[in-house]
Amino acid sequence: MSGPIIHTEGLTKAYGSKIAVDRLDFDVEAGEVFGLLGPNGAGKTTTILMLLGLTEPTSGTARVAGFDPLRQPLEVKRRVGYMPDQVGFYDNLSGIVNLRYTARLAGLDRREADEAIAKSLERVHLSHAGAKPVGTYSRGMRQRLAIAEILMKGASIAILDEPTGGLDPQSTREFLELIRSLKKDGMTILLSSHLLELVQSVCDRVALFNNGKIGLTGRVESLLQDVLGGSHWIRVEATGDNLEAAVARVPGVTRVTRDGAALRVEATGDLRADIARAVVHAGGNLTMIAAGHASLEDVYTRYFEGVAHAA
Amino acid sequence: MRREGSALSGAATVMAKELADNLTSTRMRLLELLIFVTGAGAVYATIGSVKDLAGLVGEDQFIFLRIFTTAKEPLPSFVAFLGFLIPIVSIALGFDSVNSEFNNRTMSRILAQPIYRDALLFGKFMSGLVTLAVVLAALWIFVVGLGILMLGLPPGTNEVVRGFAFLIAAIAYGAVWLAMAMLFSIVFRSSATAALASLAVWLLFAFFWQMLVPLITLAIAPPDMFDPMSQLATINVGMGIARFSPNTLFGEATQAFLNPETRSLGPVLASQMQGADRGAPLPFDQSLMLVWPQMTGMIASVIVLFTIAYIAFQRQEVRA
Repeated sequence: MSGPIIHTEGLTKAYGSKIAVDRLDFDVEAGEVFGLLGPNGAGKTTTILMLLGLTEPTSGTARVAGFDPLRQPLEVKRRVGYMPDQVGFYDNLSGIVNLRYTARLAGLDRREADEAIAKSLERVHLSHAGAKPVGTYSRGMRQRLAIAEILMKGASIAILDEPTGGLDPQSTREFLELIRSLKKDGMTILLSSHLLELVQSVCDRVALFNNGKIGLTGRVESLLQDVLGGSHWIRVEATGDNLEAAVARVPGVTRVTRDGAALRVEATGDLRADIARAVVHAGGNLTMIAAGHASLEDVYTRYFEGVAHAA
Repeated sequence: MRREGSALSGAATVMAKELADNLTSTRMRLLELLIFVTGAGAVYATIGSVKDLAGLVGEDQFIFLRIFTTAKEPLPSFVAFLGFLIPIVSIALGFDSVNSEFNNRTMSRILAQPIYRDALLFGKFMSGLVTLAVVLAALWIFVVGLGILMLGLPPGTNEVVRGFAFLIAAIAYGAVWLAMAMLFSIVFRSSATAALASLAVWLLFAFFWQMLVPLITLAIAPPDMFDPMSQLATINVGMGIARFSPNTLFGEATQAFLNPETRSLGPVLASQMQGADRGAPLPFDQSLMLVWPQMTGMIASVIVLFTIAYIAFQRQEVRA
């Protein structure tokens, strides 16, 4: 199939007078990992539910794998695997029985289902726990069981809502590895998160989301460049007068902000030496200087700061 | 706007899963125990007095049906017990059927499978109904078996037919309460609230309705001391209001099915009784005609309650 696998046009959802999702336009290409990034309550989950046909949009349209989720929900749901935020299973039933239930709902017959379940549990390293009741599973195991469900169904698109919410760092790392391996299999993945580092590490493209609107869409590196105008940050701790102005005059510095006693400098490169020189020339006492690469968090903070100021 | 695919695909799967849950749950075990013990107690106590009542076994044509309806102080009759217990079983089956899916956070995952919501609701309702039917049928067979053992004679065909009609009425009565409990399980996100709301309605109809009916009746249609027709109208209004309660409908249905002598469920004028063979039993089809409105009323309430539940569920937001 050609063209984007997920496509929305003017997708809007209003609850009374409150607009949860406001005229959303975005495309997800087949085989990519796309991140919806935004704070809690930004409208990410609502967007996902509209893509699945579980919530009716107030206006606008969506297409998933060429189908309209509103009118052809079964076709969409056959092709899409969904892992909700804080996924739940029937705690008194075993992992296998839980999956068998959804397999039957998905239309697999008993034999196909059992084969697919065994294979997908193997894939997420849960074969040993398949016969145990889900009540005994850890959070990470539940998340992996949800992925097994998506695999079992043979879905070509996976929609993951806050996939690493509440996981410890070790489980998060394993989970990200799993997402990467799904991508390698050619699965299209749409994930939502408020954890910027996570998105930065696995997503091909991201959409920054706030108040129901997409602010920016693009590849992570190009966002860093476009929004920050630079890719480094430098933290300067020094005492003295008018240091901000002095630092801002250094070539390559794009922005200087005060962060408590320290200065936060954004720049196109590692300009520590130049900045140190400028501080000393201005008569300041330099006590510490450190540098690092800018992250999506900086983009995010900066971008929405800008939006809020403009509003 | 047309939807594609069958609204009921997956309903059988949901039903099978829910049925397994219902039949294996501890909650159901306890209820079965309760209903069997009370049922057996009532019947055991009754059978002694039925024998006395009938004098010699064989004189009463419907001695088997007396097992169901005769009360032996201080115990109420088996039928009266069922009138209380069936709603409890139905409420226990229904009060958390939908909201537990939300509370377990399984709802959105299940609805993300290629099924419509219709299938989920319908499957759940049917599994509740089947569970109810299985419990009641088992109880019925148990009581009949107990009767055969203790009376030492088999029931006649007419008695079996009437007993079976009573079983159907009991299931329909249970279905009303099941539909209501499921409606509350959709409206209230908290299972405890849904259970309390269901029990409140049950209390209203089981205990308070009969006290409220005269008050409402007198307010709507006060009888005129000097006009006998207005007194008749008062009685009719009172019965109409009483019949809003499923307990009344069930009571009347069982009365007609299990007491073949019952000729009318409302007031009968002396002129209407002229030439009647008093105390002679009606044939089964005439009894059926008599309670046809009651049966229709119960089944219609099930459909109305289920429809309201269905609409509420379709409009509900999936996100927790």
